[in-house]
Amino acid sequence: MRDNQQLHTVHRIRDRLAQCLIYSAVFLVGAVFIWILADLARGGIMHLSWEFITESPRDAGRAGGIASILISTLLILCVALIAAVPLAWSTAILLVECMPAASSFGKTVRFSLHVLAGVPSIVFGLFGNAFFSIYLGLGFSILSGGLTLACMLLPILTSTAEAGLRAVPDTYRLSASALGMTRTATLIHLILPAAAPALAAGLLLGIGRALAETAALLFTSGYVERMPGSLLDSGRALALHIFDLSMNVPGGDMPAYASALVLVTLLLCINILAMKLAYGLQRWRIMT
Amino acid sequence: MFRLIPTDRLLIAILRIFAVNTVLVLLLILAFLLLESWPVLMQLSLTRFVTDTSWHPLEGAYNLMPMLAGTLLASMGALLLAVPLGMSSALFIVFYAPSHLATLYKRLIELLAGIPSVVFGFWGLTTLVPLINQWHPPGASLLAAILVLTLMVLPLITLTAYTALAAVPDELIHNAAALGLSRWGMISGVALPAAGSGITAGIILAAARALGETMAVLMVAGNVVQYPETVFDPIRTLAANIALEMAYAMGDHRAVLFVSGLLLLLLVMVLSSIAGFLEKQRHA
Repeated sequence: MRDNQQLHTVHRIRDRLAQCLIYSAVFLVGAVFIWILADLARGGIMHLSWEFITESPRDAGRAGGIASILISTLLILCVALIAAVPLAWSTAILLVECMPAASSFGKTVRFSLHVLAGVPSIVFGLFGNAFFSIYLGLGFSILSGGLTLACMLLPILTSTAEAGLRAVPDTYRLSASALGMTRTATLIHLILPAAAPALAAGLLLGIGRALAETAALLFTSGYVERMPGSLLDSGRALALHIFDLSMNVPGGDMPAYASALVLVTLLLCINILAMKLAYGLQRWRIMT
Repeated sequence: MFRLIPTDRLLIAILRIFAVNTVLVLLLILAFLLLESWPVLMQLSLTRFVTDTSWHPLEGAYNLMPMLAGTLLASMGALLLAVPLGMSSALFIVFYAPSHLATLYKRLIELLAGIPSVVFGFWGLTTLVPLINQWHPPGASLLAAILVLTLMVLPLITLTAYTALAAVPDELIHNAAALGLSRWGMISGVALPAAGSGITAGIILAAARALGETMAVLMVAGNVVQYPETVFDPIRTLAANIALEMAYAMGDHRAVLFVSGLLLLLLVMVLSSIAGFLEKQRHA
């Protein structure tokens, strides 16, 4: 009886100890992350103004704004999405709608995407430099940067689209088949509209990933900070601008803070929107 | 099965062409890395990368070992810190927090997963490095790299551990409660073993992420090629080395950088195949 009681006390103490450790770890993580965000906000907000967004950088970025850099970023993003989205979404459609889940082709595609998702971004940068910039002769340009990013985005776009399409209930497909609709019609009129929020959420996640990327763009889209005249001009992405200001430009800390704040705010908005789409979707599905 | 009419056949053919391109991207990457590093792989014996005096690429000394050591030390240090913190966060979300707090905390972690590495690096450079410098100069060091990497892999570990823990069947948890197990007894005896392979897969993926991380480490690690003696010594990682020297590398030097990229890719591929294998076992 005594032993039992003792054991009970030991367990109670152990429980309390575990709980304390877990709560303090969570508190630590939360505090550090709030510290980071507060630091960025405090450092950036002083330098941030309307002129900062609408002017081009002067004096290696110490003065002026980030307008041309935002334009380059947008162009790189557009190139990446235009190249990656058709490939990724058709792959996802093929895997879900036209293949049995265990087919060997499907397995190969899934495996290669799984590997691709793990490739470090600097390795994409090396590949982009060797293939797009030199072998295809695109040089340091927005086009080669965007295409390199497109390769990086393939896995995330495909896997989110695949999950979204698989979540469309099979009854839809059966009903369409019973009505004598062709596969193409079923896909266009039924499946894609039903999966649209999931596809949009995946697209937003991809955009977030692309905006955050630095290492892959270092040797593909280049460093030039002026306004790009065409897709074959070199253009500096926002993330790369932060890197350059903080590492290579003495006295570039204030604009770097402000650029980081712009980038983080953009990414937070995009990710919150993506989450809203994804969670809203779940709720809708539970209700019906 | 649907009856296939010409439009459908056309659609499937087009989709197939696109999908094959997706597979080709990976092959293309491997092919070009091999192609670019081929001259050096043929010319120099592989032992040169281990036995050369040091890393002096302009004088033809290509010892990659100090940088490999730096990469591995920084990644292992980061995992050592991030695994307990990430696991605690996941356990907090699943078993400890009231539901609204759990949702809030999970959203916070998900948002942190989206913060770009360059911003973590910038924060490390402006806040962490001066702090460490006050404590023990020079500040830009293995320790700074470990701390920044910890922040970067922590969300990944938390979210994968959360997914694995949330997938543990409710019956197991209820049975444990019915047997009168204490909360920690239930977690350590039932939930963690049941979610084990999923959690391990997440940790391995985090290791892969840490090995390949470039910008954040480049900004805080000091980038001196050496074996660090204490955590306060500056280091250079393989990925950071590529980013630093690619801009001016020519000839053999450039090829050696591609070799180090290939090495990094192989390390990460091995890790992610192990993770994939574990995931598959979990579902089997």
